[in-house]
Amino acid sequence: MVTSRIRAAGYYVPEHVVTNEDLTKLVDTSDEWIRTRTGIRERRIAMNEGTTDLAAKAAARILEQAGIDAGEIDLLLVATITGDYAMPSTACMVQERIGAVNATAFDLTAACSGFIFALCTADKFLRSGGYRRALVIGAEMLSKSVDWLDRSTCVLFGDGAGGVLLERNEDGTDGILAELLGSDGSKGMALTSGLFPAANVFNRKTGCRPTSILMDGREIFKFATKQIPANIEELLAKTGTEKTQIAHVILHQANERIIQAVAGKLQMPEEKFFCNIAQYGNTSSASIPIALAQMLEQGLIKPGETVVLSGFGGGLTWGSVLILM
Amino acid sequence: MVFDKIKEIIAEQTGKDEDEVTMDTNIKDDLDIDSLDLFQIINDLEDEFGVDFGENTEFETVGDVVKFVEENQ
Repeated sequence: MVTSRIRAAGYYVPEHVVTNEDLTKLVDTSDEWIRTRTGIRERRIAMNEGTTDLAAKAAARILEQAGIDAGEIDLLLVATITGDYAMPSTACMVQERIGAVNATAFDLTAACSGFIFALCTADKFLRSGGYRRALVIGAEMLSKSVDWLDRSTCVLFGDGAGGVLLERNEDGTDGILAELLGSDGSKGMALTSGLFPAANVFNRKTGCRPTSILMDGREIFKFATKQIPANIEELLAKTGTEKTQIAHVILHQANERIIQAVAGKLQMPEEKFFCNIAQYGNTSSASIPIALAQMLEQGLIKPGETVVLSGFGGGLTWGSVLILM
Repeated sequence: MVFDKIKEIIAEQTGKDEDEVTMDTNIKDDLDIDSLDLFQIINDLEDEFGVDFGENTEFETVGDVVKFVEENQ
């Protein structure tokens, strides 16, 4: 069987730390309130860097880990909703930055599910035979899109980037074994940002700024805690995988309480669910690859272990991937 | 009975004893739960009774929740 396999992972987060205490100077909130409802203690915020910088720095670390030259990359995907430009894509700018001259590069948008969608897209390119190595990155600077005076959302997000080098795996029994993705546009308005309205000289609506992140907390909590356990159950059933065979589940780091609720619904031990939200907050498409890279770095994931990656977010979109490492 | 099932779901989510949950139990003051605990209770109630709470998440007592479920079942 031809599969695709994760050869290396890496991440980069900006240096500047913003604590919950810092946020109490901006909005009416408290460290206790944020910690108990989200698990977040601090987040990283980019001061003099852009989304491209974060993505390119993560990319450089991935290449270093893999020990390959940027010229050996055939495909470069960046999942982001906060690119520095709408055009050129963040992927093209990263290509230029790292010198991945032989890569086809484009961005992909699926909000917090973006990395999972990009990983599955790259997997198809690699298995088709025309591509051998793909750099798949989730890079996000939600600090650009957040309304820093909206206490219900500004406490949640942080900036960061992470990714993997995915490689075509001939006759492989390991690598990406299965996936299950989904979307529901009917609930899209539950989580929005960056409305780009008709604005031109003829309708006299020039000068509009894109809208900030708006979230229906109850709807998103309900979506995440119902859809994700069902999605993972279905993926496992489809592949005949027992929950006991799963060594780790890396969920999108949206909220520690969501992670606990999903673990509870699945009746799986919480220890199997890696959680770094305390340090980074919700970094959208970057959260899963940052977590994966940290786990690999710390030796928490061993070769031969079965891992589930699972993302969910705006769109609404969701998806899980089953990987034999 | 709706109340018995609701009592069971609340007890499971809050870690309280089922006997402590009565129709007069005040959700905010007596159950010591936050909005996310309440969301989870509502999720479970929706699954159990096939009721859509929509934006109705403000309930004073357990009795109010029972009434809402009975009226919308």
